[in-house]
Amino acid sequence: MKMTAQEYARRVKKVGPHSPLGTDCLWAFGVGGGICLLGEVLRQRYLALGLEADLAGTLTSCTLIALSAVLTTLGLYQKLAARAGAGSLVPITGFANAVVSAAIEFKTEGRILGTGAKMFTIAGPVIVYGTLSAVVYGGVLWLLGG
Amino acid sequence: MNYFWAFVVGGGICVVGQLLIDLTGLTPARILTGYVVAGVVLSAVGWYAPLAEFAGCGATVPLLGFGHLLAKGVRTALQEEGAIGILTGGLTAAAAGVTTSLVCGVVCSWFGKSHDQN
Repeated sequence: MKMTAQEYARRVKKVGPHSPLGTDCLWAFGVGGGICLLGEVLRQRYLALGLEADLAGTLTSCTLIALSAVLTTLGLYQKLAARAGAGSLVPITGFANAVVSAAIEFKTEGRILGTGAKMFTIAGPVIVYGTLSAVVYGGVLWLLGG
Repeated sequence: MNYFWAFVVGGGICVVGQLLIDLTGLTPARILTGYVVAGVVLSAVGWYAPLAEFAGCGATVPLLGFGHLLAKGVRTALQEEGAIGILTGGLTAAAAGVTTSLVCGVVCSWFGKSHDQN
């Protein structure tokens, strides 16, 4: 049977798992907001310890990343992500989850080309294009200022 | 009030991501990459720093905040070190987060077993 790409996409949508937009967004809002709230609680703790604002922010990110790594190793973050969608993807914990789950998943392909390479599948593009845009921005600033 | 706005702004940023997933079918890798680049742009035009001031981790924990961190790093390094800051500022600012992720990835791969994604 021949069908066009549009027809195929339409059929996949019809047969595939049904996820109402409203429910998805509510989960994303609750879980994503919750992770940010947890971050803010941590940050206020670090500030209360007398740390500088920048350092407190950095430590907050590192704590969230480590927490996400532990939950990913235990297989719990994936369970949350199945429901929370972007709520667990967009925060820094989702970035950490992408790195750690690939590192674990691909260790069967070896330490170097499995874990070492595959952990960059999602982190790589993020770092590459983030850095690239930052350099472009810096270049523009420099030309304007210099 | 800090906590309330961290929750609402952070949740709102995630809802935008969810809408992108559901309505455009963008893959997670594209969304994360887009968020970081968007964060650099929003920081460059001067909109993200006030949001981060207002919402704290609600703005800095989502990946948009990672972009903001890169842009802020370049901006600061450019002022303090001159043109070389264009090359050093971004990743220097992001070093702690990236390094923690990579170290956690390798260490966790020693202990973790592959789990079913569901």
